[in-house]
Amino acid sequence: MGGLPAGRVEPTEHDYEEWERRVDALMTLLSGVRGGKKLMTVDELRKNIEALGPEAYDRMSYYERWITSITQTMIQRGVITTDDLARKMEEVGRRG
Amino acid sequence: MSELGRYQPLGYFQLMEVSLRELLVEKGVLTEEAIAATVEDIRSRTPARGARVVARAWTDPAFLQRLLENGTRACEELGLDVPALRLVVVENTPAVHNVIVCTLCSCYPRMLLGIPPDWYKSRNYRSRTVREPRAVLAEFGLRLPDGVQVRVHDSTADMRYLVLPMRPAGTEGWSEQRLAAIVTRDCMIGVALPRAA
Amino acid sequence: MVEASFKPGDRVRVRKAYPLGHVRTPCYIRGRSGVIERLCGTFGNPEELAQQRSGEPKQPLYRVRFLQREVWPDYRGREGDVVEVEIFQHWLEPA
Repeated sequence: MGGLPAGRVEPTEHDYEEWERRVDALMTLLSGVRGGKKLMTVDELRKNIEALGPEAYDRMSYYERWITSITQTMIQRGVITTDDLARKMEEVGRRG
Repeated sequence: MSELGRYQPLGYFQLMEVSLRELLVEKGVLTEEAIAATVEDIRSRTPARGARVVARAWTDPAFLQRLLENGTRACEELGLDVPALRLVVVENTPAVHNVIVCTLCSCYPRMLLGIPPDWYKSRNYRSRTVREPRAVLAEFGLRLPDGVQVRVHDSTADMRYLVLPMRPAGTEGWSEQRLAAIVTRDCMIGVALPRAA
Repeated sequence: MVEASFKPGDRVRVRKAYPLGHVRTPCYIRGRSGVIERLCGTFGNPEELAQQRSGEPKQPLYRVRFLQREVWPDYRGREGDVVEVEIFQHWLEPA
């Protein structure tokens, strides 16, 4: 991305939401930092974000890209299956 | 569904976060306690930690040398817990101004400074800082004197960077604590300068 | 571990290749020449780590300093402005 034409840097910040901090925490633990069992690398996180394609930067926020990438990595690694995820998302969704 | 105060359904990605977390806990990969503790740990990591390092470097020339040789070890010397951090400290001088960017993603010394600001992760900052650093700095209100060389550091691999700004005039005799209070996050990224005022 | 073949001060050129997969050598620096600023150490190859492989043997990682006016044809800052980039040894050739 370095050197591509781009606009003014808007000095935006936001106070992170709890779910965003939890995504950060998930990554910290899954990459083996802070006593977590190392189940993935930051390289896989980055690779799977790159795989989302450039439009992801318009469609998704930073932690939305992260959670997608982490989840994708867990599926690729066989820690969870797609079916596990589908059933759990349906269950959580039903809880409302 | 639009009654005032009614619980809002989770968005897709938040649903994914809850689901992944619960699955990983069910499978014994993680515990809720570990996640909660890590969230608190992340919350505790603020730029004040980096500011302590800068203030010590300003007041202790031997520490400054050690900091420039091995940033991580010097942080640990101050009792700062920085797991997995490989820190390179780049020193501003009257002749050189440093600024940090990660063009490929958003690498940042999180274990020292906490989570980076949105703008640091933005497409615009990441694209333009390597190519037109002075224009980007000007947008932050930082205009450098003519003779100053700009060094941009692109954090592309395993090292993480901290800018050591110059100690401003008017701070003679200040305590480390008072000095640390004027060192902002933006000074340590390189888009601002500390002020004595 | 792969032995370091460059030392600070050596002139190097970044290979001009555009492979698929996960690469940490930015496109804007490929084909450019610069000077080794320091050896950072040896680290697992991110290209391999991204593919769930071990990343061994560890590769030497350098910080390389480039003159901005040699990287960007239209660079409008000062003559001496530089950009410093971490690059793995296998992306570097003697210049």
